[in-house]
Amino acid sequence: MTDSSRAPAEPAIRAEALEALLIERGLLKAEAVDDVIEQYNERIGPMNGARVVARAWIDPAYRARLPGDGTAAIAELGIDGAQTEKLVVVPNTESVHNLVVCTLCSCYPWAVLGLPPRWYKDPAYRSRAVREPRALLREFGLEVPDRAEIRVWDSSAEVRYMVLPRRPPGTENLDEAALANVVTREAMIGVAVL
Amino acid sequence: MSELLSGTLAPPMVNGEAVFEAPWQGRVFGMAHALADAGLFTWDEFRVHLIEEIGHWDRVGEGEYAYYQHFQRALERLLASRGLVATEALELRATQLGERPDGHDHDHDHDHHHGHHHR
Repeated sequence: MTDSSRAPAEPAIRAEALEALLIERGLLKAEAVDDVIEQYNERIGPMNGARVVARAWIDPAYRARLPGDGTAAIAELGIDGAQTEKLVVVPNTESVHNLVVCTLCSCYPWAVLGLPPRWYKDPAYRSRAVREPRALLREFGLEVPDRAEIRVWDSSAEVRYMVLPRRPPGTENLDEAALANVVTREAMIGVAVL
Repeated sequence: MSELLSGTLAPPMVNGEAVFEAPWQGRVFGMAHALADAGLFTWDEFRVHLIEEIGHWDRVGEGEYAYYQHFQRALERLLASRGLVATEALELRATQLGERPDGHDHDHDHDHHHGHHHR
């Protein structure tokens, strides 16, 4: 239990001391802490969006009403929009691939995806998403088949978009929580598929 | 790594991201996760210590509720109980770091890294 007799160093110095000792003793890799923080921002931030996607995959009725009123649909899962913007969920299909951008600034559906990745605010991403989405996506490692149409959704102060990715093959036996773990932030922006 | 984050002991969040009011909070958060990921302890074991720390604060009620200070103490105690980092060794190192000369003025509001002056 907390020993009130010791006069503890300030927390920042204690944290630095602990990290140094752990690294010196081989208990912690030097870059491990940075990795965790980065991973945290990529995985935990978009968790709400992943829950929405997983629900849509297993519940056809939910899936059906999702595009109509995304704001109400996420509220069903206890996700507070916490803002007045409307959320529109755009489903990928065999013939349509959706891509989300904000050409003017960095409007982003943060209620479901956390904070935007750095590249989302990048001028090159913002302009090329509209001008040459297929080439841009290729640079993300995503080859959209020629027969599929790419629809680009320009976010605004009023409307935010989130992509509903297609359920990947081989996930038939996963439950809702496991499915949510399959969903990535990039897939919900539309720069990746699952 | 999200077990701890979803429960009642979840850290403060804004917009789905952890809120670190100072860099050291991110460091202790990251250390706990990295060590758990490496298998040095489980989240349940960590949680027991964290609940004890917060419970102690509830009873004693000293100072303001400071999530990451409880988190830090829980981590320190868990590592000490495992014989991985003894409290004395930690205190000694912290004291040494605290006595760094050359303009290291104990102001940790800024985002300093490990580029300390060496004599």
